[in-house]
Amino acid sequence: MESVIERIKRGSFSQFHGGIHPPEQKFLTCSKPIASAQIPEQLIIPIRQHIGQAGNVIVKVGDKVLKGQILSDCDSPMSVPIHAPTSGTITAIKSMAIPHPSGLSEACIILTPDDEDTWKQRHICPDFHLLSKTQILEKIANAGISGMGGAGFPTQVKVSTLTKINYLIINAAECEPYITADDLLLQEHSPTILDGIKILDHLLTPKNILIGIEENKAKAIAALKKATADIDHIDICVIPTKYPSGGEKQLIQILTGQEVPSGVLPSSLGIVMQNVATCFAIADAVINDTPLIKRVVTVSGQALEKPQNIWALIGTPVGFLTSQCGYNNSQNRHLIMGGPMMGFSLPHDQIPVIKTTNCILAPSEIEIASPFSSTSSKEVECIRCGQCADVCPAQLLPQELQWSAKAKDQAQLEKLNLFDCIECGACAYVCPSQIPLVHYYRVAKAEIRQQKLLDIKAEKAKVRFEARKQRLEREKVARVEKHKKAAEARKARMNTGTSAAKSEKSAVADALARVKAKKAQASIKQNTAEISITSTLEMTAESVAPADDSKSQVANAIARAKAKKIVQKNQAQIESLDTLQNNESPSSSQAAPVVIDKKAKLDLAITKKTANENTPQAETISDSANAQVDATTKVVSPEVVNLASVSDEKATQALNKKAKVAAAIAKAKAKAKTKTTASLAAETAFDSSQLSTTSPNIDVMQDSNTAAQVKNVAEAIAKKTPSGPQMVSNIDTADRDQKTKIAAAAEKAKAKELPLKSQQISNSTSSSIKSEQDSMRATQADIAAIKKAHVAAVVAKAKAKKLAASSNKLTTSE
Amino acid sequence: MSTIIAILVLGILAALFGALLGFASVRFKVQGDPLAEQLDALLPQTQCGQCGYPGCKPYAEAVANGEAINKCAPGGEDTIKKIAELMGVEVQPLDENHEADNSPKVAFIIEEDCIGCTKCIQACPVDAIIGTTKQMHTIITDECTGCDLCVAPCPVDCIEMISVATTTQNWQWDLDSIPVVKID
Amino acid sequence: MAFWIASSPHNHQQNETSSLMRLVIYATIPGIFAQWYFFGWGNLIHIFLAVAAAIIAEFTVLSLRNKKIKPQLFDGSAILTAVLLGISLPALAPWWISVIGSVFAIALVKQLYGGLGHNPFNPAMAAYVMLLISFPLQMTQWQPPLSLLAMDIQLTDTLAVIFSGYTPQGYSVEQIRTHIDGFTMATPLDTLKTNMTLGLTVVESMQAPTIGKHFGLGWEWINAGFLLGGLFLLSKKAIPWSTPVSFLLSLFVCSFIAFMISPDSNASTMFHWFTGATMLGAFFILTDPVSGATSVKGRLIFGALAGLLVFLIRKFGGYPDAVAFAVLLCNMAAPLIDQYTRPRTYGHDLGVKK
Repeated sequence: MESVIERIKRGSFSQFHGGIHPPEQKFLTCSKPIASAQIPEQLIIPIRQHIGQAGNVIVKVGDKVLKGQILSDCDSPMSVPIHAPTSGTITAIKSMAIPHPSGLSEACIILTPDDEDTWKQRHICPDFHLLSKTQILEKIANAGISGMGGAGFPTQVKVSTLTKINYLIINAAECEPYITADDLLLQEHSPTILDGIKILDHLLTPKNILIGIEENKAKAIAALKKATADIDHIDICVIPTKYPSGGEKQLIQILTGQEVPSGVLPSSLGIVMQNVATCFAIADAVINDTPLIKRVVTVSGQALEKPQNIWALIGTPVGFLTSQCGYNNSQNRHLIMGGPMMGFSLPHDQIPVIKTTNCILAPSEIEIASPFSSTSSKEVECIRCGQCADVCPAQLLPQELQWSAKAKDQAQLEKLNLFDCIECGACAYVCPSQIPLVHYYRVAKAEIRQQKLLDIKAEKAKVRFEARKQRLEREKVARVEKHKKAAEARKARMNTGTSAAKSEKSAVADALARVKAKKAQASIKQNTAEISITSTLEMTAESVAPADDSKSQVANAIARAKAKKIVQKNQAQIESLDTLQNNESPSSSQAAPVVIDKKAKLDLAITKKTANENTPQAETISDSANAQVDATTKVVSPEVVNLASVSDEKATQALNKKAKVAAAIAKAKAKAKTKTTASLAAETAFDSSQLSTTSPNIDVMQDSNTAAQVKNVAEAIAKKTPSGPQMVSNIDTADRDQKTKIAAAAEKAKAKELPLKSQQISNSTSSSIKSEQDSMRATQADIAAIKKAHVAAVVAKAKAKKLAASSNKLTTSE
Repeated sequence: MSTIIAILVLGILAALFGALLGFASVRFKVQGDPLAEQLDALLPQTQCGQCGYPGCKPYAEAVANGEAINKCAPGGEDTIKKIAELMGVEVQPLDENHEADNSPKVAFIIEEDCIGCTKCIQACPVDAIIGTTKQMHTIITDECTGCDLCVAPCPVDCIEMISVATTTQNWQWDLDSIPVVKID
Repeated sequence: MAFWIASSPHNHQQNETSSLMRLVIYATIPGIFAQWYFFGWGNLIHIFLAVAAAIIAEFTVLSLRNKKIKPQLFDGSAILTAVLLGISLPALAPWWISVIGSVFAIALVKQLYGGLGHNPFNPAMAAYVMLLISFPLQMTQWQPPLSLLAMDIQLTDTLAVIFSGYTPQGYSVEQIRTHIDGFTMATPLDTLKTNMTLGLTVVESMQAPTIGKHFGLGWEWINAGFLLGGLFLLSKKAIPWSTPVSFLLSLFVCSFIAFMISPDSNASTMFHWFTGATMLGAFFILTDPVSGATSVKGRLIFGALAGLLVFLIRKFGGYPDAVAFAVLLCNMAAPLIDQYTRPRTYGHDLGVKK
């Protein structure tokens, strides 16, 4: 079998399917020299000009930059740096419309040139053979070279391929009508391009180098032949003119007869393709140390007086180039970036030239009256003439794709290999029904991509949702398990019969009862009745009972914090209510010392607070309690503040501490401006004169702090009502409650060390529970031992340490 | 005699087919509810609960058991169409109780207002909010399904639902939406 | 002033469906001319009637469907359908035949299926088949070539026959069709079929006056006219080459095999090619893109199938000519053919991965 090279030397090429012959219109520009670059007033340099990620900008607004200076660096191989095309000042870094069909904006660096065009320091390297491959690759990467044919694939990725390369194909086909940028570049700079090819040869060491060029570029072919005369493994392949022979896959098929399998890069076949402009840029970068800051742009079209090729600095606004070519200000302006087949309309003429811009087309209205404008579509029904399928270079069935695209049948579209469409536009070009086929495909492609992303996201969300459900389930099981254990431990302790155990027992039982009471919210009325009975019993039975009550208060708070999570168990609750009643008397006998102890504990807490914050205000228990009441009152209804402050001066002093709590509560409350708040306020106002009755309200406040169930406030009040009598009966109850809170506040202050965020809720769930539980521990310890201060100190010191142990107890009390 | 033979033959046949059916029901038993699974795959998995069920899976199961197919607000008309196709029923318009707006959104926490209450964290069905008590919370945008569930529990209203911005990456070739720039 | 946004590609070949249709209509002229020359004014009158009816039907349906009337009415597709129908009708058929056929073709076969591009059947042929089945008498009253007629038929006579059934002299269609020798004349295919059933050989049948020297007096020239028009369309690339070539080849091969097996009971290949609606079918009916296959391979199969069917129906079927039936059957098969002849997409199914 004849080898590919032999065949090519014979001048016979394979053919790709389809293809069209649109009017070339290259005569407009192909015989004029490339005009030299001019510096516009302002350069707009998009940070991302290629396929891949944008680099990180390393200049600031106001920086003076030199020509060729790097503006963004890159950390991933798929990002490409950008450089200053001339010297000047960075005047802004902002979102500007970029050359993209959507006309959307992306981050751009705005450079105002100083017209001095001062170069940065360059290191000219006349012989690239002196450099190692890595150095050359680095130079290419640092020069910011990405494919200049249209797609903008980072060049250093392409040339650093590890596969064995059989063919290096230089794409000089330039099949799009009008565009002559590569043609002119070849005519004028073929030695430099050849240097670039040699560098690529050095890097990739391909077996053969094929230069694919369409036969309509006689001058360029001659120049190339002259330049490559003495190199024997470079073959200039003059291929028949047919659109889209310059497509990567099509050119590969023409030259090598191979098809690139769908979804893989040509390098897997041992083929690398580079555009001639890219070769030129590589040579410039490696030899002259010039980054990619300018390129040849064909500015063509019959709306221009002198269409020509121009060396344009990257970032030059399109309008600057068209005015350089004498743009006739016609009424219906239409500027196309790229060729007439694959280019896109520009929304205005301040779009910058980027690394992939090879053409600016300013057609007259007669010349290109695009039938595919969104406003003047002449689209009629498809008559299945099949001309589109005949010209499709990817051998797709455009008409069937079109139906599926209209029906949004994504499965069918993928089955018809929509993603193999190269969007060359041949189908739409020949369509007698003037259907904008390519546009339908683009929309469909975008939708499918979007749908895939959504599917992935939905899948992820599902997994996360399931995981969360499992976690919650696990936690629930663990909690039940823990409760069981704790109940067993408690039972064991109860059986010991010591006084401490007894008191604990009673406290625990009481707490349990409260928890259950809370749980049984559905049957609240019934509970209320029962608890009322209990309280009455308490009151009448013992004068010192309130101490016990205060304990239950603590437990109650904890219970409330936790209760929501637990399922109703009415029967158990009634049972424990009985237990509570039974335990009432023994525990109450020990209540008196408890009160004292609590005071000590509070003192300690206050001292701690004072030590931490140097605020000597909170001296006495009652003062603090008042302060708290006051704070609460203030939040709820400001007019009560006077009342409260009159009642206690020192309370107002404590306000600066309490204000934080108050503010947090306020935030929480502000959201739910319900009538509950109003009624609460009224109640608070009414109750503030009576210290003994404030505890329900404070409880409410605490409740909202810990659980922030503002909506449940009314409910909470209702729930508290039965325990009301208990507190009314003894002032200590209220004291106890406030102590707890103050301790909590003190600890919180300690934990925070600095009273920074006064806006935030100071009484967080965990801290308040912890402190409550600490104080409870203290209480219990006191009952057992006599050294109150000592115990309190221990408690205070080892708060964190004891957390584990006390949480056990907490659970027990639950 | 012939009657007995007929009865016998039919009896044997009945036993045979019965055994076959029994075997098939054991051998080819379908695990789980395949219809619910398929429905679940069609749902957008926002886990938003707007349908009245705690997540997409429960709703899928409910639909499989005869629940109305038009309750998925985030999925919108497309999802209803797909479900109708799968279930072989008529396409219904979206339930009136739901907003028709199902453009993609993500939650955003206004961080200076966040008080660190963790309520949104508890509400999030896909654990897409990070933060802890008294610490500022934030949304993991990539994981957020835009379900809206975190907005209501926030005591200080610091969570907003913001539309996902169109970028060059997700632009859907809507040429009519290109901003027309007036010049001169 | 705003910039103009359009989707690429920005240039276009600038051909339109309507110009394609116009081209096809022009290409029918040589055939119609031959028809006029040999058979008189009948078909021209029917073409005129059919076109008028088609335009009215199209206009009515389009306005009922709230479509843009002007571009669709003059896209030429309805006119082309009417012209093809008018060509294929018997020259002396009553006027309402072409009107009913035309309305049926446009309103039912085309518009009810969704208009241009959506009709699964070729409207002209569907209408022809409908007429043939519904009005067998009128649809088989073929007029013999003018040269064989006992009387001279002018434009006025034809008009009178078509609209009233009698010439001004009072002759009925039946009388006109009667040969000087006193037997009713039919088309060559008809004659052959009748003779076959009578036990005559093909060679004997070929002596019939309607067949003339070659394959059918007048008919051979009409077919030659359509062949000429078809070649013109091919040269303009208005129709694909694959369908007519495969159709004619298939018909040729089938008839050749049959002729080889039994020359006495089978007409020659050229007889098949140049009688009946063979050339009209090959270049104007089967090439209708809407109801045909789309890929090259598909068209080859489509054409070959049509050729085989035409031969089979002509040989074994109840109707003398078979193009209309063959076309409808192939139209039904077209989606299936398309399904199985999808081209291999570039880069797919390359076999062993290199």
